Amino acid sequence: MIAFNKYYNKFNILSVSLVIVSLLLLTFKGLNFGIDFKGGTLIELRSIDTKINVSSLRDNLNQMNLGDVSVKNFGNETDFLIKFENNENKNIIEEIKKNLDKSFGNNFNFRRVENVGPKVSAELLRSGVIAISVALFLMLVYIWIRFEWQFSLGAIVALFHDVIVTLGLFSLLGLEINLSIIAAVLTIVGYSMNDTVVIFDRVRENLRKYSDIKIFELTNISINETLSRTLITSVTTLLALLSIFFFGGEVLKGFSLAMIFGVIFGTYSSIYIANTVLVRLNVSQKTVLREDKN
Amino acid sequence: MLYFSKLRIIFITLISLLFILFAISNLFNFDNKILNKKINLGLDLQGGSYLLLEIDNDPVIEQKLQNLTVTIRNYFKEKNIRITNFKLLNQTLVFTSDENSKQAILEEFASEESELNPYYQRFKSHQLDIVEDENFFKVSFSKQGIVNLKTSSQDQALEIVRRRIDEIGTNEPNILKRGNDRILVELPGLDDPMRIKSLLGKTANLTFRFVTNNTEGSFGAEKLEFEDGTEEAMVSKRIILSGENLLDAQPRMDTENNETVVTFSLDRVGAKRFGKATSNGVGKRLAIVLDGKVISAPVIRDTIATGSGQISGGFTFQSATDLALLLRSGALPAPLNIIEERTVGPDLGQDSINAGMIALLIGFILVILYIFFKYKIFGIITNIALILNLFILVGILTIFEATLTLPGIAGIILTVGMAVDANVLIFERIKEELKGEKNNLIAFDSGYTKSRTAILDANITTLLAAIILFFMGSGPIKGFSLTLGIGIFTTLFTVYFIARLLTVLYVSKNKEKEGLI
Repeated sequence: MIAFNKYYNKFNILSVSLVIVSLLLLTFKGLNFGIDFKGGTLIELRSIDTKINVSSLRDNLNQMNLGDVSVKNFGNETDFLIKFENNENKNIIEEIKKNLDKSFGNNFNFRRVENVGPKVSAELLRSGVIAISVALFLMLVYIWIRFEWQFSLGAIVALFHDVIVTLGLFSLLGLEINLSIIAAVLTIVGYSMNDTVVIFDRVRENLRKYSDIKIFELTNISINETLSRTLITSVTTLLALLSIFFFGGEVLKGFSLAMIFGVIFGTYSSIYIANTVLVRLNVSQKTVLREDKN
Repeated sequence: MLYFSKLRIIFITLISLLFILFAISNLFNFDNKILNKKINLGLDLQGGSYLLLEIDNDPVIEQKLQNLTVTIRNYFKEKNIRITNFKLLNQTLVFTSDENSKQAILEEFASEESELNPYYQRFKSHQLDIVEDENFFKVSFSKQGIVNLKTSSQDQALEIVRRRIDEIGTNEPNILKRGNDRILVELPGLDDPMRIKSLLGKTANLTFRFVTNNTEGSFGAEKLEFEDGTEEAMVSKRIILSGENLLDAQPRMDTENNETVVTFSLDRVGAKRFGKATSNGVGKRLAIVLDGKVISAPVIRDTIATGSGQISGGFTFQSATDLALLLRSGALPAPLNIIEERTVGPDLGQDSINAGMIALLIGFILVILYIFFKYKIFGIITNIALILNLFILVGILTIFEATLTLPGIAGIILTVGMAVDANVLIFERIKEELKGEKNNLIAFDSGYTKSRTAILDANITTLLAAIILFFMGSGPIKGFSLTLGIGIFTTLFTVYFIARLLTVLYVSKNKEKEGLI
């Protein structure tokens, strides 16, 4: 049996610091919103001519008065991703096409064009925030119906931890937040909950089984009993996610990366956050027995 | 938990076979309507264009209020009430009347039988709101009035948008209402939406009006620019003929001048009016105005009584074709703005399909190998369930002809990763039970029973997340939540029926064996 409970304090300090750092990052550095949430235009180009590079492309586009243009490689040397903020010009794509054809010859394939107006991006952001809030709330309700309040609190604290730290990491690395990241965050919410609930189920079962073991020991027993399941499921989920990350193409990279972070944090938090909340709230046999009487 | 009746076994087999059949049917073409169902590929996979259009209703509201001035004036004139000082400000109509008639006017607007101000019984609301402010009346559309107006202009716009897109002949366009002032257009297979965008961006309001010699600023005329921006002309506000009177319009090569023109034919009313105007106006210039810009203003040389004519204006063949198309399909009730556009080229779509399939295959093989390595015989059972799970999931998507997107494929891969969780929970529990219980059957039975709540909890939480995503998410994200959500049900089915059935068959043959799992 591994003595997970020996490190409860150390990891709690670590987690609190991670959450604080993440919150600071989110407040001061902010998130790198993609055009879904900020509005603007995105163009994915593939060039046939290998001599064209990011800087020549950037120089060319800078002459077009598009405002702040970002140009970078996308996946490989001949693929480029161009982004700029909202532009009132309705024919901007056509003009860029003409301009590029003139400067570089007819060497480009416009693989993807996305244009999101300011009104739509504001709506998408709002519905994204609502979706995550509703998800967190429903999880709270579900767990509150299923378990005693101490358990609900533990699960929710773990959930917030996972979401905040994942977003913090995105802020730190400057990774783009788009619609698929919202999907990833919601899936993380589901996964983290899932992991926590399985361990909590066992804690509650053990509280009924052993009348003389304190919660500090009991959580450790429960973590160990469910450990192989926790690990196997994390491994299979990570195997699936890693194969999306490495082989699923550029579009799914951000999504799978967020999920990979989320699964790792989710596994960690169900062991070290959810359980320590139970310990700190001094959950005892009485907690579940009282519930049984009711 | 370990007993299966014969009937149930047959039932499970049949259901599995049915879904597998549908899953496989994606690869073949059948004549049969039921069997020929296919999963739809989302725009991100097959390439295509997604356009979200917003109707700008402000001009419509202004126009309606403008028309209302005449209606109100005439209506009260009959009742010997004089209305004066009409003004249109911020979508509000302002007017005055003499002191004695005020009550009558308010009553007319408040009456449920009012001809002037329709009352919507269903919504308990009038079309117009009237406010008395010192010496003025202020009339504006009520909330319900605005809603009705928006809905009707959305209906009209949808029809026109459909006609224009049908004229171009893209395959299987999807044109849907969104809210009460938006239209969603999905055009599969279209990799350059430039032409459609420019066609949808035009209101195509065509009018024939005389060019006047009046000086600038005079009432009843306005200064309009020419389409090519070279010239300006004072054009009368009186409309002789509008696009509504057109029966047909076609591009044609005018061999005389070697120029592309648009020929049109008019309906009976239009032909009559056109004939009258041209006979009265010989020698005058007739401006052909499209969306506030003059296309051309030829001099009328002769009466045109045939009800057909032609528009020239330095067209290329393409622009003449487009103009003819716009005139045939009719004018939009209000301008449309493209507020969201997402276009994916077909080769990127194919790349995404390939990448998604490779990721699915690799993820699947890795998970299968890992599970086999962990559980040996029971690993094989889990893997059989997992493979069937994938087929059943694809089968269900096929039956409902659901739309598969790239995030949808990610959802399937994720399902593969998380689906084994339930079996892992069960097998780990059985291992624990076997520590204290020598009888294999009892241990397996209680393993299944005791792991049930944890499995349900775990799946319900994921399902909740998927449901929220389905209702809040858009396009591709919906596809993700769909596969993730359906995946939960197929997972539970394969775990509790297929994997359990196989487990039961194996365990009952090896009742006495020790260290079974």
